[in-house]
Amino acid sequence: MQKLIAIEGLTKRFGPLTAVSDVSLTVGRGDVVGFLGPNGAGKSTAMRMVAGFIAPTAGRSLVCGYDVGDFPILAKQCIGYLPEGAPLYGDMTVEKFLDFIAQARGLTGSEKKQKLVTAIEKLEIGDVLAQHVETLSKGFKRRVGLAQAIIHDPQVLILDEPTDGLDPNQKHRVRNLIHDMAANKAIIISTHILEEVEAVCNRAAIINKGRLIFDDTPGALLKSSSSGSKTLEDVFRELTSDHEG
Amino acid sequence: MHNIGVIFRRELMSYFSTPLAYVFIVIFLALCGAFTFYIGGFFARGQADLEAFFYFHPWLYLFLIPAVAMRLWAEERKTGTIELLMTLPVTVGQAVVGKYLTAWFFIFIALGLTFPIWITVNYLGNPDNGVIFASYFGSLLMAGAFLAIGSCISGATKNQVIAFIMAAAVSFLFLMSGLDLVVDFFRGWLPGVLVDAIASMSFLNHFIAITKGVIDLRDLVFFGSLIVLSLFINVMLIDLKKAE
Repeated sequence: MQKLIAIEGLTKRFGPLTAVSDVSLTVGRGDVVGFLGPNGAGKSTAMRMVAGFIAPTAGRSLVCGYDVGDFPILAKQCIGYLPEGAPLYGDMTVEKFLDFIAQARGLTGSEKKQKLVTAIEKLEIGDVLAQHVETLSKGFKRRVGLAQAIIHDPQVLILDEPTDGLDPNQKHRVRNLIHDMAANKAIIISTHILEEVEAVCNRAAIINKGRLIFDDTPGALLKSSSSGSKTLEDVFRELTSDHEG
Repeated sequence: MHNIGVIFRRELMSYFSTPLAYVFIVIFLALCGAFTFYIGGFFARGQADLEAFFYFHPWLYLFLIPAVAMRLWAEERKTGTIELLMTLPVTVGQAVVGKYLTAWFFIFIALGLTFPIWITVNYLGNPDNGVIFASYFGSLLMAGAFLAIGSCISGATKNQVIAFIMAAAVSFLFLMSGLDLVVDFFRGWLPGVLVDAIASMSFLNHFIAITKGVIDLRDLVFFGSLIVLSLFINVMLIDLKKAE
């Protein structure tokens, strides 16, 4: 299994606060890692570092073999990234926005056209292409955000809460989409929804107070409970409420 | 170049998809006209030149350019789109230059739309069009310098109002630094060399020199290096503070 993402001792400190502390993780092709943790645990910060938005205080991350700090452009080329909250340029139409992303990703001509069509079909946003992004509902915005992340068919996908704000049907479709893409990509998704981990992830990584405290299959997560908890939610609570940072 | 072009096109689209571009152009043209004819006394002067027109450009730019520049980075930071932009395979330098060039091109359009006054003065008399061309060039160059300062300051905050006020204040210092108002303040306690250095930073003096019709290398170097330096600091600020 090829390691498309290799995170080595990643640490981020903001002044006295350590947001991410010595996190190491490798993700291979075919892996879908569910990044779990309470609010403020450091999930988004960790993902931002891997995506190359912020520089780590210590440690490094390799994406497709490129050190994100040393070769940011090469690394970013093989990443599709959905930032937290799916920020988009509100004053553009969906079509123009996706076209901009495709161009910035270096796509041109018929290849660009074809990849745009594919992404638009996958996320079912064909009906809103002419609308300005700022007029879209939350669910559509999230889907446009996902479309821009997958447009160039990247080998690595980093999705920060990809199903947040979607209705149950849309959630189901997005999970299917992630599931379908999983075979030839390395995917990290962060989520609060534990059922999502069971549905799409073959690995669960739990981060609490900046530290990685669990990294195995969702099944193993269930079994790891010392008090015989029956659901992922119980195990999650057990792990993240008692754990001493 | 490709990436700068991509950013340039996106930015330009965003100017004209909101009322910003139209409001700016209309206000700029209206103020230009009002200043030239009423305060500058274009007709009363009885001279076939555009001195009355160009004389007010520094003062118009003083608050209109910060209004264009304030959104460049502060808005990206406020809406979070900076995270999107900075995780595309685009360098910070390309993004800064792309955005800057768009804003400058936009000013170029606004300035270009003042052409009726050039037609007017040519219809009324026989002006020295070389001087007029040099003045347009100098005006655009000065606008570029104001813009670079504004872009740099916009990169330091996510609050557009702060970006506007700070940019206007810094621009004011640069504009006035040749005048006694500023020079006298420093003259008492700074060595003469430094006072001269501050005085030589004056946008006004450099601009007036160009509007005389003489495009001196020193004025070009002054504005050019100020633009490059501001954008360089701009890149560093974005790099350092993009995630805050």
